[in-house]
Amino acid sequence: MLKSLSRFQRSKNRDPSQQWLVLEPNRIEKQYWKDLWRYRELFVILAWRDLAVRYKQMAIGVGWAVIRPFLSMVVFTVIFGKLANLPTDGNAPYAIMVFAALLPWQFFASALTSVSSSLLSGSALFSKVYFPRLIAPAASVITCLVDFAVSFLILAAMMIWYHYWPTWRMLTLPFWLLVVFCFSMGLGLLLATWTIRYRDLTLLVPFMVQIGQYISPVAYSTTIVPSEWKFVYGLNPMVGVIEGFRWAIIGKSAVVNPMSIGLSLVVVTLLSVAGVLSFRAAEKSFVDVI
Amino acid sequence: MARWANPFTLAGQLTRARQESARIRHESEEDFWALKDVSFEIRRGERVGIIGRNGAGKSTLLKILSRITEPTTGRVELRGRVASLLEVGTGFHPELTGRENIYLNGAILGMTRREIRLKFDEIVDFSEVEQFLDTPVKRYSSGMYVRLAFAVAAHLEPEILVVDEVLAVGDASFQRKCLGKMEDVADREGRTVLFVSHQMAAIQKLCQSCILMQSGSIRFTGNVMSSIETYLSADQDENQPGSLSAKPRKGNGKLFITGINLVSFTGSVADSAISGEDLVIELSFESKDGRPNDLSRVICSVQILDALGDSLFLTHNRMTGQPFDATSSKGALRVRISRLPLPAGDYSISYSLIKDGEFLDCISQAKRLKVEAGDFYGTGEIPPSSHGKFLVHADWTVAVV
Repeated sequence: MLKSLSRFQRSKNRDPSQQWLVLEPNRIEKQYWKDLWRYRELFVILAWRDLAVRYKQMAIGVGWAVIRPFLSMVVFTVIFGKLANLPTDGNAPYAIMVFAALLPWQFFASALTSVSSSLLSGSALFSKVYFPRLIAPAASVITCLVDFAVSFLILAAMMIWYHYWPTWRMLTLPFWLLVVFCFSMGLGLLLATWTIRYRDLTLLVPFMVQIGQYISPVAYSTTIVPSEWKFVYGLNPMVGVIEGFRWAIIGKSAVVNPMSIGLSLVVVTLLSVAGVLSFRAAEKSFVDVI
Repeated sequence: MARWANPFTLAGQLTRARQESARIRHESEEDFWALKDVSFEIRRGERVGIIGRNGAGKSTLLKILSRITEPTTGRVELRGRVASLLEVGTGFHPELTGRENIYLNGAILGMTRREIRLKFDEIVDFSEVEQFLDTPVKRYSSGMYVRLAFAVAAHLEPEILVVDEVLAVGDASFQRKCLGKMEDVADREGRTVLFVSHQMAAIQKLCQSCILMQSGSIRFTGNVMSSIETYLSADQDENQPGSLSAKPRKGNGKLFITGINLVSFTGSVADSAISGEDLVIELSFESKDGRPNDLSRVICSVQILDALGDSLFLTHNRMTGQPFDATSSKGALRVRISRLPLPAGDYSISYSLIKDGEFLDCISQAKRLKVEAGDFYGTGEIPPSSHGKFLVHADWTVAVV
């Protein structure tokens, strides 16, 4: 045992064909994060597979990435903006305010769905070959990112249409995108680990996404939420995220509530840590359970 | 987990009892060890077969070695990259083309894109599906699918290759090609191979030594032949006269075989056959609903396999032109094999009953057949089994000029 350990330590050789790999309970943790980097090509290939498969045998293909957010925007604008006559943020056109929220919301909805189902849908693969499992949910989010990019082009077109010019705040978009990415990964990973034992969650996730759209300010502005409820309302991290997106896209007329943004960042951080930890714990043995 | 239960009330005591029983159940559940006290060392370049019955722990061992599950206790040290081949075509996506799947599958098995690009042509050559490279694999025949999948796997270059029963698929000639390829790379590049299979012939061809597993631990390690013998002799508990092994049956069962007996030349039931003597195999049949069955279109086949599961010969009554001219609900079909041409050893009998192109009943390796040494040539000299699988009648003469 001692002898073999020293042998392991001695071989700091970079050549993978000469490297010792020791499998032991709880030893793999250190190895894991190194592996995550080593398997980066697999990450690229899995993301590419999801993209390549996505629109095969579909008539409109990539068109769907344009049509879905666009139609949602039109419906929300007509129903909430025109018929219900809800207020917009400052002087921003209602359509742009809605679309600024649809961008993160649709990303979140699709990322949450694919991350939370990633363990189940990849189980055939997981039981036959090793790679750091975290790669699979992470790769599945790439498709959602591509959809996000396409939607962003629509936003650009809309801003040109409305002659609504972006400000420097637009440069903070990657940060808000990172927040919503962490949120959907964190929550998705938690759900994914629970789904292994409780398949009920496969029904819960679509429901959460459906309800979530109403309890998040996607189709309306946060100005209509009574101020005494702002704290409870802000516990939903998407409130802060959407406000952040609106702030970045609409500019100074956007309604920003520092409390909900702060709450959002705290909740997202906690969820991400919890998600990764529980996923790591489940990953070790879930092949035996699934 | 345990909620506090008030021990002074009946409800509390019931709760405690329930918790206690749940705890006991929980513990005994965890007490199953798929592997225990398994320890071995394999040197670089060795090709080791792992054999054992279903549930002996072979697959769990491979899963631990290939890092799919983490061991609960114990330690594994591996030097070099490990690739595991527990299934052909892991991660193949039906919608993607053959070309795309080569890259996908290669990456999943641990090849870098550069490696795949370098070997791409070789892989395509090996797979023999070049003209369908840009067709989605969902339109492939199952043979093409397996060939493409194995072609990728065969070009892996890890230092340690872990292979589960993957050769069970694909046609015989391609299987041979794969075995040849694996043997070839292992020899040339000194690759370590761990190979699980139930096909003893494949183990024998590929491996230099063997690990025999039994209920989660190692029963035997050593050279291939003695491992296989130990494995097969441990398998003998089913050899009651007439009884059939509990292997799965195929067919609609309208007519089925209830037992197989060997009938010796004296007419009594024997428990082994003798080399060079006539062997009569009697298959007792019954119809499922008890009604008489027209046997004239029934084809009965009997196949003899060697200890490695390779077929030695097969005979059926259509080939010999002897339809069963009877209608009955119960009876026996007999086949006489004249002067049994097999040397002493362990064999097995497979049978099938076919009517109008449909299986009535079929069990492969339904019964073990032990052949005792016999005086095949009538000269008093017992031909040794090491000379070959068959004994043939032969005449020797000399022509002098």
